Amino acid sequence: MRDVAVIGVGMIKWGELWEKSLRDMIVEAGLLALDDAGIDRVDSIVVGCMSSGLFNGQEHIDSLVADYLGQVPVPAARVESACASGGLALRTGFAQVASGLADVVLVGGVEKMTDVSGSEATYALGTAADQEYESFHGATFPGLYALMACAHMEKYGTTRKQLAMVAVKNHDNGSMNPHAQYPFKICVDAVLESVMVADPLRILDCSPITDGAAALVICPLEMAKRLKKPLVKITASTMATDAIALSGRREITWIESAYQAAKKAYEMAGKQPQDMHVIEVHDCFTIAEIMVMEAIGLVEKGQGGPAVEAGLTSLGGKYPVNTSGGLKSKGHPVGATGVAQAIEIVKQLREEAGPRQVKGAKLGLTQNMGGSGGSSVVHIFERG
Amino acid sequence: MVGIIGYGACIPRNRIKVEEIAKVWGADAPSYRKGLLVEEKSVPSPDQDTITLSVEASKNALKRARIDPREIGAVYVGSESHPYAVKPTGTVVAEALGATPDVHTADLEFACKAGTEGMFLAQGLVKAGEVKYALAVGADTSQGAPGDALEYTAAAGAAAYIFGRDAVVAECLETYSFTTDTPDFWRREYQYYPEHGGRFTGEPAYFKHIMGAARGIMGKTGAVPADFQYVIFHQPNGKFPFRVGEMLGFKKPQIEPGWLVNKLGNTYSGSSPIGLTATLDIAKPGDKILLVSYGSGAGSDAFIFNVTPRIDEVRDLAPKTRYLLEKDPVYLDYGTYAKFRRKIRKAE
Amino acid sequence: MPNPSRLWREIPQRYRLEAGRCQNCGYIAFPPRLVCPRCQSRAFETVRLADAGKIITYTVIRVPPQPFADQAPYALGIVELDDGVRLMGQVVDCGFEDLKIGQRVKVEFRKLYEEGAAGVIHYGYKFVPE
Repeated sequence: MRDVAVIGVGMIKWGELWEKSLRDMIVEAGLLALDDAGIDRVDSIVVGCMSSGLFNGQEHIDSLVADYLGQVPVPAARVESACASGGLALRTGFAQVASGLADVVLVGGVEKMTDVSGSEATYALGTAADQEYESFHGATFPGLYALMACAHMEKYGTTRKQLAMVAVKNHDNGSMNPHAQYPFKICVDAVLESVMVADPLRILDCSPITDGAAALVICPLEMAKRLKKPLVKITASTMATDAIALSGRREITWIESAYQAAKKAYEMAGKQPQDMHVIEVHDCFTIAEIMVMEAIGLVEKGQGGPAVEAGLTSLGGKYPVNTSGGLKSKGHPVGATGVAQAIEIVKQLREEAGPRQVKGAKLGLTQNMGGSGGSSVVHIFERG
Repeated sequence: MVGIIGYGACIPRNRIKVEEIAKVWGADAPSYRKGLLVEEKSVPSPDQDTITLSVEASKNALKRARIDPREIGAVYVGSESHPYAVKPTGTVVAEALGATPDVHTADLEFACKAGTEGMFLAQGLVKAGEVKYALAVGADTSQGAPGDALEYTAAAGAAAYIFGRDAVVAECLETYSFTTDTPDFWRREYQYYPEHGGRFTGEPAYFKHIMGAARGIMGKTGAVPADFQYVIFHQPNGKFPFRVGEMLGFKKPQIEPGWLVNKLGNTYSGSSPIGLTATLDIAKPGDKILLVSYGSGAGSDAFIFNVTPRIDEVRDLAPKTRYLLEKDPVYLDYGTYAKFRRKIRKAE
Repeated sequence: MPNPSRLWREIPQRYRLEAGRCQNCGYIAFPPRLVCPRCQSRAFETVRLADAGKIITYTVIRVPPQPFADQAPYALGIVELDDGVRLMGQVVDCGFEDLKIGQRVKVEFRKLYEEGAAGVIHYGYKFVPE
């Protein structure tokens, strides 16, 4: 297997982008990444998108993206793993480069969520759950995480305030991110008083509906060296699955897929959790960040809440988590999230994160998750 | 010996009081209470309908019958509020119980006597040897027009009876049916609420047919009112059953155990069948029970049952009807009731 | 609107809670499967699930998905039945303030939703306090 490096990143501002269509966004992000890499033509394209079919009535977006990016006839693939589609796109591209199947791969992620009503969007997101045994009974995405939160709070004493502090921290970071959907700070009281979505989760515990796209260009490390750019290597690319339905998990207070993917990633990179300088995790809901912190080994099982409260994961803390603002403040255009997480780490390792910069960041980790934890994709990046 | 081998009921938990309805329509609650002898009625939750109530009542009947549902040869559900205009209730019930696919099913309709219609057919099929076991259900979630007198009583509930041979809890000794064409209460297709003939629903309708069936069955068997421990009449309100009982020569204590309308309301096709379940819950071996239903349009079915010692073995295998009636009722205000009963016009 | 075939196929599970018990290790799969997730065996026998259990977690859905648009708020939980099988379902006939982890419930047949005024009606299981 060849070593793989990231040589270009492209990110557009996320939000309710009424004037931009699905293809507008992915092309814009793709071009930004290609320009950043100084590359005109790629050998392959991989796009992550959860449900262009349900949101936009458009499938076959591998062809669409290659076409509108002016890259035909290159091979292209659209991959899907619910909210881990972006991470999976990176893993798929990584495999193509590492195996020698392709040299330069454009990895993109996109989701255009505002062309449908709120309740249709909720339905589309709910297809990440078990359609016949969860969605059929009226489960929603926030509902599934609320079920996990309820059990986690009962078992470990995680508090409502600790959940709120995840959102506050992520907004603190996001307020410094020019691409974020909600680049402003919020306070704990605002979270605790916001409208209830699925007890105990309130609207400010939940990542929003967002339009957005993000893209990366990856290539073999040897080629990256020749390009004389700051070297960022991908030293681990892993994925793990788990039961799709929450009732099928061994423990509903633990995200096994994140644990398994992270474990294999640390092995692949030859590192430990303590070695990570900056981490991006999948905070689709505040409780998710807490549970993932535990699963990827930053804290002991059940101790995520107190750790957040103590500031362990703040920008100046031992393990800065979600310096980008996370899904909460940056936004969550489903298929694009995994790619944007990688972009944040790359920027941190290149020391291009501006006021969000973690000093001396050399090692970073991303964890991207699908549904209520049915899949997790983990990447580790290292400054070369 | 042919008769009931298992019985069960299902009553929704919600209630609305007469006062709450009267308040909204500016009516005099005490006079409704006194005139109808009804205090409150059951209201189905939005996730309950004739099909769901039938399934739960039938499951209770199965618990008491203790048979393999695959041996049920016929399933009849009588209602005037079947959820579909075309697609049977009976097939859903048969599937839910596991009686499919070797089973005959039919949905029945005859205003409030559709339940006993099913019992009449079930009894006959078992007696003729055509099927081993037959299930008959009377269930309704009927609507009363807002502000109309019927709104105070139109309620929801279900009762289920499994008929079989030999191991019966109540042997069916005789049946009788009395029918004429009498338009006292009706609903045209595509109309949401029924219409009725006011006071015409009394003497020429309810009283004439119940008395016709009661006298018919007693005449046929040579029985007299004193021979019966209990009698259950259809209960459109609290007063009619006692009045017709008096007219026929029955006494209050015979009627009371099966008289639930004051707290339950009129469950239409479930009315006298649910009354019979409450009676079986307290009946003793050797008791004779007379059941006379009434359905507008009009007709009455009458049955004479003789309770056997087996009642003591099965009575406690499923929840008793008065327990279901009294367990943790949830009282609704009129707005919630109107929302549950889809009386509020919503956007398309 | 989805074809009625999708609803019809799940009837044995939704109406009768039919599951598959692995003949090798005894794991009960609901819904039934072709491969045991514990031991990878492919031999199963049909069993019916227990009809009562306890709540292991719950929430109240206040922002509903489309088919449940006029039903919110409603309680949703994961129940562990007395035979060890876990499944998700709504908890009804119970005040939201009375919901708690460990609460005993039993299975009841209820309507899930209707596909508009003209479509099919979906039935299945929900949980009520014991």
